[in-house]
Amino acid sequence: MEKTAILEMKGITKKFENVMANDHIDLQLFPGEIHALLGENGSGKSTLMNVLLGIYKPNHGEIFFNGEKVNMKTPKNAADLGIGMVHQHFALIQPLSVAENIFLSIEKGSFILNQQKIEKQISEYSQKFALDVDPKAKIWQLSVGEQQRVEIMKLLCRDSRILVLDEPSAVLTPQEANEMFKTLRRMADEGKSVIVISHKMNEVMEHADRITVLKNGRIADEMLAAEASIERLTRAVVGERDIAQVIHKPQHQDKDLLVEATQLRVFNDKGLVALHDISFQLFEGEIFGIAGVAGSGQRELAEALAGVRKISSGSVAMKGVPITNKNIEERISMGISFIPEDRLKMGLIPGMNMMKNAILKEFKARDYSKYGILRNKSIRALTQSYVQRHDIKHGGLDLPVGLMSGGNQQKLLIAREINGKPLLIIAAYPVRGLDIGATVSIHQTLLEQRDRGACVLLISEELDEIFEMCDRVAVLCDGKLMGIRNTDETDYGEIGRMMSGESA
Amino acid sequence: MITLLTSICATAIVYAVSILYAAIGEIFSQRAGIMNLGIEGIMLMGAVSGFLTVYYTNNLVLAFAASILVGVVLGFVFAFLTVTLHADQIVCGMAFLILCSGLSGFIGKRVTGIASAVKFEKIDIPVLSRIPVIGDIFFKQDFLVYLMYIIIPLSIFYIYKTRAGLILRALGENPASLDTAGINVFALRYAYVMFACAMTAISGACISLSYTNFWNEGMTGGKGWIAFSLVAFSRWNPWYALHGALLFGGISIIGMNLQIYLPGVPSQFYGMLPYAATVFALIITTGSFRKKHTEEPAALCQIYDREDR
Amino acid sequence: MKIGTLRFEKKQTVSLYKKILNPIVFIILGMAFSCVFIAAAGFQPIAVFAKMISYSFLSAKGFSSSVNAALPLMFCGLSVAIAFKMNLNNIGAEGQYAIGAILGGGFALYGPDLPAPFSWIAVFLLCALGGGLWALIAAALKAYWKINETIVTLMLNYIALLLLDYLCYGPWMAPKQTTAMTSTIPKSLYLPMINGISSGVFLAILIAVLLYLFLRYTTVGYRIDVIKNSVRSAEYAGIPVKKFILIVFVLSGALAGLAGFVEVTGILHRVQSQLPRGSGYTGIVIAYLSQFNPLAVIIVAILFGGLQNGSAIVQIMGVPSQIATMIQGTIMVFVIVGEFFNHYRISVDREEKKGGART
Repeated sequence: MEKTAILEMKGITKKFENVMANDHIDLQLFPGEIHALLGENGSGKSTLMNVLLGIYKPNHGEIFFNGEKVNMKTPKNAADLGIGMVHQHFALIQPLSVAENIFLSIEKGSFILNQQKIEKQISEYSQKFALDVDPKAKIWQLSVGEQQRVEIMKLLCRDSRILVLDEPSAVLTPQEANEMFKTLRRMADEGKSVIVISHKMNEVMEHADRITVLKNGRIADEMLAAEASIERLTRAVVGERDIAQVIHKPQHQDKDLLVEATQLRVFNDKGLVALHDISFQLFEGEIFGIAGVAGSGQRELAEALAGVRKISSGSVAMKGVPITNKNIEERISMGISFIPEDRLKMGLIPGMNMMKNAILKEFKARDYSKYGILRNKSIRALTQSYVQRHDIKHGGLDLPVGLMSGGNQQKLLIAREINGKPLLIIAAYPVRGLDIGATVSIHQTLLEQRDRGACVLLISEELDEIFEMCDRVAVLCDGKLMGIRNTDETDYGEIGRMMSGESA
Repeated sequence: MITLLTSICATAIVYAVSILYAAIGEIFSQRAGIMNLGIEGIMLMGAVSGFLTVYYTNNLVLAFAASILVGVVLGFVFAFLTVTLHADQIVCGMAFLILCSGLSGFIGKRVTGIASAVKFEKIDIPVLSRIPVIGDIFFKQDFLVYLMYIIIPLSIFYIYKTRAGLILRALGENPASLDTAGINVFALRYAYVMFACAMTAISGACISLSYTNFWNEGMTGGKGWIAFSLVAFSRWNPWYALHGALLFGGISIIGMNLQIYLPGVPSQFYGMLPYAATVFALIITTGSFRKKHTEEPAALCQIYDREDR
Repeated sequence: MKIGTLRFEKKQTVSLYKKILNPIVFIILGMAFSCVFIAAAGFQPIAVFAKMISYSFLSAKGFSSSVNAALPLMFCGLSVAIAFKMNLNNIGAEGQYAIGAILGGGFALYGPDLPAPFSWIAVFLLCALGGGLWALIAAALKAYWKINETIVTLMLNYIALLLLDYLCYGPWMAPKQTTAMTSTIPKSLYLPMINGISSGVFLAILIAVLLYLFLRYTTVGYRIDVIKNSVRSAEYAGIPVKKFILIVFVLSGALAGLAGFVEVTGILHRVQSQLPRGSGYTGIVIAYLSQFNPLAVIIVAILFGGLQNGSAIVQIMGVPSQIATMIQGTIMVFVIVGEFFNHYRISVDREEKKGGART
């Protein structure tokens, strides 16, 4: 079928400090197609789209719209061309109604709100694209799936010709995701073009027309959806890897049971089920990996075990003692420590200095406070010991932690979390975004903890890390436990398949 | 009896209007995300500047304009501190309260207690004022009241039915979303704060140019705080503000009159009612136990710094 | 952010030196600016300031009345300082002060007679209790239902003041009096004066020192700091945030109530309507200027007390009585502006090529 591309991005290059987010990327988009951009976090998908939308200016490269070169200086340029995006975090005003939100987003609209006109347009598009939206509903009353539909409706009412959706199914149930793709297909049939950013291989193979895979800022592979297969995609996304360099491997055979989780059901922030009655066991002296695409429930699992999130049903016991309803303080004293995903929002306080962060969990311990009075000398000594043991680089113990580099911040956090010789260390994406040096150091620390007899629950999105570090790995997909394997008895392919929903 | 009720209602309207200007102004300001605790002080400044002008020029138009001008200038300064310098709104409000209260007494020193020759007189609207009862209550008022008859529907229409009103509501909920869409959040906030202070100043002018025709230090007597509580009580809605103002006005006037009939209830009790009512209204409209979304503008009192995005 | 060609960047740290120097510099600038007001009133600014300073701080009699005037301000300042240290907007010091005075004063006037130390302790505790309970209303509403404490404490202020007004015009009004005040409290409850200065000041200083040490060196102070910085991290660390909101808020209210204690037993020796006279609000100004440091609160309060005192003296010269509040207000505005310079670095923007990672 001869079609001219509606959009061509040529040689797009975008560099941030020392990171090459986009490295000479070429992308073509045809009218009437659903094009998937696949890749892991940090592969450059979001950056590329931000360039398209005029939010970032690329260092090199050109963009052609309908064959003509365009200059995306500001988001307004993109909007004028009819390019719109639905971000992961919706820009909707909660107390306003759907109609009011849409009216607000139409720039060329009238001054006075004509309720009927908007409602008419909304129901027109509703019918046309199978996009069920109630114009009178207030945003706060809508579920996440419904809110996303409002965002899409916004773009339609602005006559967008190219729609970009960032991880749209991340917040949807499988049924809702299906409905959404149906809508996208209708839009494509009308001649619009859709770019879907995703990391879910199955969905992309089923619903997209063409797939472009990004890895480390470059195009790793490009294909028609018909030509795609899980193997081909996994190889492109994760990279060719033999399970080489194994840093560890002494397998302790007789390990004691540490944690028993039964039928855990946990809800996420949006009120949807994040973990569907999963059960598993954790043993002392092992590194237990949790693999899965982002949003499969790993974060909720970590928070539920740590006590930050409530467990709706099911139970967890540690060394035979039920901990399901224990609060955080109790869990800390039982030996559970938590390295959270977002260290600056929870875990470290950027405005406070290193010493104050170092004792966040232990300020009540006798070593550090007596009758409620802080023992500054020993706190300082403790912090110093952290610095020495973990080679933490800093500008001064009294300076705010926010000034430290990510790697050093994380090292401090981990130093603190392992200080009490915890029994269970929950580590969520511990080396995400860190440089090689910090990564190696942190991995070393975790291995040492395992050798000491602790259990490390390691959540990671990098299969490399999972295979290098973990003794066993569990795979989560959409909140369900797909299977648990010993790492030396499985491979990338099997794990990849489980991650994309094939049950073991 | 009817005449008593009629005069009570008419007086209630006068009272209500004097706090409604400030309340509606502050509704706009808080919907934009800025809380101004200095209302009482700005009201005093509006009152004294209006009075001074009328005292020396005998010109009500000039006096009205002077009040507004003072409000706009004060609003500009307040906006500068809170929007551009990112200062804490509560602290700034306190500073304005103290400074303006003192300043107003200071500049009004020479004219304290002296009556001005001119004040806003009651104007009977032709035809309408002849309607029995209703005419006596609503259409035998002065210019400032009639102006409010226009302002209320205009502000309701503006907030709920226009694009600008939607932007205003978004401003106080989620300024970041507007900023990313390219709307100038800072300029808008300046505009609304200056409008709010201008309206507050008019409230002051109501007291020194209409309700009475002289100036005394601190003559607003806490009306600024009532106006402030009205903002929250009315759920940031000018229509409810109107009702609330009439209610508060009615209560305070009835209270004054009922002293004779109900000696057991102390007058202070009536004074407490608006404040207690506001606390209950807040609980009912913003308490987190509610299933519904809170009615308070989500970004109220929060400093918006683009770099924090 | 940019204004014209000036670019402002948020600073990450501020040296202690700058933190202290900045408000001092701007306080002085504020005072300098208020000379404009004095001159506008037709007086010589330097002469007026000289008279105020020499009376309020350099003369024995003047200094003691400055300190006495500062006494309730100290407690209100401490009250607000501790609340704001945990990001609790307690504007209700005015009302908490009033209720404290009502409870303690009421006991002093109408309560049973107790032997010496107990009577003082009783009044002391009742004042603290009054302020604390009044604050508890707003505290509970915030902790459990997330209701905006700024508005609630403000409303409670007026309810409290009206209650005080009622009592002083009504059931508690002293016989043969025409103004709204009670009779004097029993002489046995008078706080002793030393050289004309109420001994309540020692209480204030003691409490300020204890508060400072408490906030800086104890685990409770540490946890307050954590909550202020990041509620999420506090929860993550197992700190019971709701409990802390209640405790700190009530403590804040209790301190404001103690302003009532020192005023009623130490200075006025009676209860009267409008007792707080805006001290609760001035306390906010004082707390802010002291950067919420309890020790600094004492000093700034004395400054403000001296200002109030001094303005009374220069009224004899004819200077308008509002001069004190105007100077206070001006200082406040200047310090607010000054704070900005502590948080943002200014640089002149040379035309940059847009290539940076600006969202």
